Amino acid sequence: MSTREILRSLTESSGISGDEFEAAEVIRKFFSQYSDEAYIDKFNNVYGIKKGAKSNGKIMFASHLDQIGLMVNKIDKNGFIYFVPIGGHDPRVLLGQNVEIQGKEKIKGIIGSVPPHLQKPKDRKKVTPLDDLYIDTGLKADFIKENVSIGDSIIFDTSCVKLKDDCYASQAMDNRAGVLVLIEVLKVLSNLKHNWDVYMVGTCQEEVGVRGAAMSAYEIKPNVGVVIDVTFGFSPGSNKYEVVKLGNGGTIAMGPNFHPGLTDKIKKLAENWEIKYQETFIPRPGGTDAYSFQISGEGVPVIQMGIPLRYMHTTVETLNLKDIKRMAKILALFVSEVDKYYKEVEH
Amino acid sequence: MIDLLEKYSNAFGVSGYEDEIREVIKESLKDNVDSIKTDFMGNLYGYKKCGEKNAKKVMVIAHMDEIGFMIDGVTKNGFLHFRRVGGIDPRILVSKRVLIGKDKIPGVLGAKPIHLQNRSEWKKPIPMQKLYIDIGAKNQKKAKSYISKGDYATFNTKFEMQEDVLFGKAFDDRAGCGIITEILRGLEDDQHYPVDIIAVFTVQEEVGLRGASVLAEREKPDYVIAFEGTTAGDVPDPEKRDQSPSTQMRKGPSITVMDRTTIGFRKLKEHFERTAEKNNIPYQYKRSVTGGTDIGVIHTKGGIPSIVISTPVRYIHAPRGIMALEDYKNTANLAINGLKNFKEVL
Repeated sequence: MSTREILRSLTESSGISGDEFEAAEVIRKFFSQYSDEAYIDKFNNVYGIKKGAKSNGKIMFASHLDQIGLMVNKIDKNGFIYFVPIGGHDPRVLLGQNVEIQGKEKIKGIIGSVPPHLQKPKDRKKVTPLDDLYIDTGLKADFIKENVSIGDSIIFDTSCVKLKDDCYASQAMDNRAGVLVLIEVLKVLSNLKHNWDVYMVGTCQEEVGVRGAAMSAYEIKPNVGVVIDVTFGFSPGSNKYEVVKLGNGGTIAMGPNFHPGLTDKIKKLAENWEIKYQETFIPRPGGTDAYSFQISGEGVPVIQMGIPLRYMHTTVETLNLKDIKRMAKILALFVSEVDKYYKEVEH
Repeated sequence: MIDLLEKYSNAFGVSGYEDEIREVIKESLKDNVDSIKTDFMGNLYGYKKCGEKNAKKVMVIAHMDEIGFMIDGVTKNGFLHFRRVGGIDPRILVSKRVLIGKDKIPGVLGAKPIHLQNRSEWKKPIPMQKLYIDIGAKNQKKAKSYISKGDYATFNTKFEMQEDVLFGKAFDDRAGCGIITEILRGLEDDQHYPVDIIAVFTVQEEVGLRGASVLAEREKPDYVIAFEGTTAGDVPDPEKRDQSPSTQMRKGPSITVMDRTTIGFRKLKEHFERTAEKNNIPYQYKRSVTGGTDIGVIHTKGGIPSIVISTPVRYIHAPRGIMALEDYKNTANLAINGLKNFKEVL
């Protein structure tokens, strides 16, 4: 399957934190295609294991597979559905969105808005708070009561759209795009010798507190960890020190959360192969799986690469596919040399 | 019936650029009318004569334009600035998808990630001047090779049906366009309406009833009936204020007693009430007096008896509206029956 098709399939499957079943199964299938063994654990962490030539060490990749979403918390007598957020949402993004409720049946709806004809001028200066937003399915109240229950997951009902110049927009790019990087690394590794065993892990429950990575790192006990997540991409009005440009390569993260020796190695490697990359500076651990990964078990030296992404936590998260391909190349080369690097930086 | 509405809803036709929807309607009409023409404004006319001499002329109208956007600039990083065409609340534009121009180039309207905002920022709507369309273009030069300033854009929304509920863009007023097409198709081979029907699909309603302004002079109709997709307000209101739910879903077609531009002609109002009752068609009245229609600029030219009949639609002027299948069917039914027995009015 082409990279583009895999991206579409990954971002169009549903997997809110805690309800990752559908996305996990899609990912397991892709992993099993390109690795020796693939399975899902009881928390919906997905593993793809590719044996190395010597199997004398382990490198584990973590890329979270869960996405932000909503949960039904009230159904009123007319069948309108109210919800609470799972993960971080901007209420301004929610207005007028297409959603799909994962009830007994999958039910489509719209987050309601007031048409301009019925608004008072002062309404326009207000943001409807999350508690007042509701989902309208148009269906009869009886049908809703039968098929929807409090606690049901709600995802955005949107497809992946191809924009110009290798860009794509979709919900759940954060972080299915990261999972895509893992799959692309496996593809490259099928033609590249590596001594260590490679563990690709799609981790669960990142958006609610980086939990899946903690579980899986504890289980695998790798010698080296690699985290792949999205990072803030440039868009008009953003502070240039907080963002990186799309299309200029993936980012290598620097800061206390990341092993300085290995970070240095991967940067040098990218430079030697003349593959574009950018840098991000994270002065305080947090925000990605690296937070729990680094201090799991006896501690793991971790490095992190990021995919530049515009409009994070909206339904139109936008990225450039070239960045993903470049990252996969750098990371696969890193895997093939990791046993050597590990010796060089070992204390 | 639904296939037709689906085609109409999906077609591109922002006010001032109704080319695609006009062609789609023309194609669906051609076997059901005696002749078709367009005028310099872009209005589309279909004529169906009853064959009687000196027959009265009933003009049925619906506007085929929809709200949308117009591109008016490209930043040096290749993002597009735009203006609104018609009434759109900027708050509903955040995190939405659009299609631009003749080639339907996909674009998205993004927003700053929540992680990079101050808490105070979420409490204020994002103003128009901070919204832009992202087509993924690498830079200004690339962007200009894909689109041109002046291109129109519309929401990237596909028609869908779930149980007995229809979802789609531009039901205001592709619902009306659909009803008029059903009127023209609504007769058996040997049947006639007792009047000459002039069906007009107007342009530029959303920017000030422009297309309809030339109709009275051109066609000199005896009666005018406008078919609209109008606001259904039977939805929760956080402030619990009385919002006079304009119209309600599943309560049948709505007859307009009065809106901002017209008072429904009493004899026509009564005719459609009678028709509904005789045929067991549910109906309601539009309870708000806001909004205007094409009738406003027609009925005062010589004094032409006119009325508006609407299908209730939730979330008009937004990316996706909701309409009950039964309301749409009942509107078509009321329209066809009301015209079949139009002799009662004459």
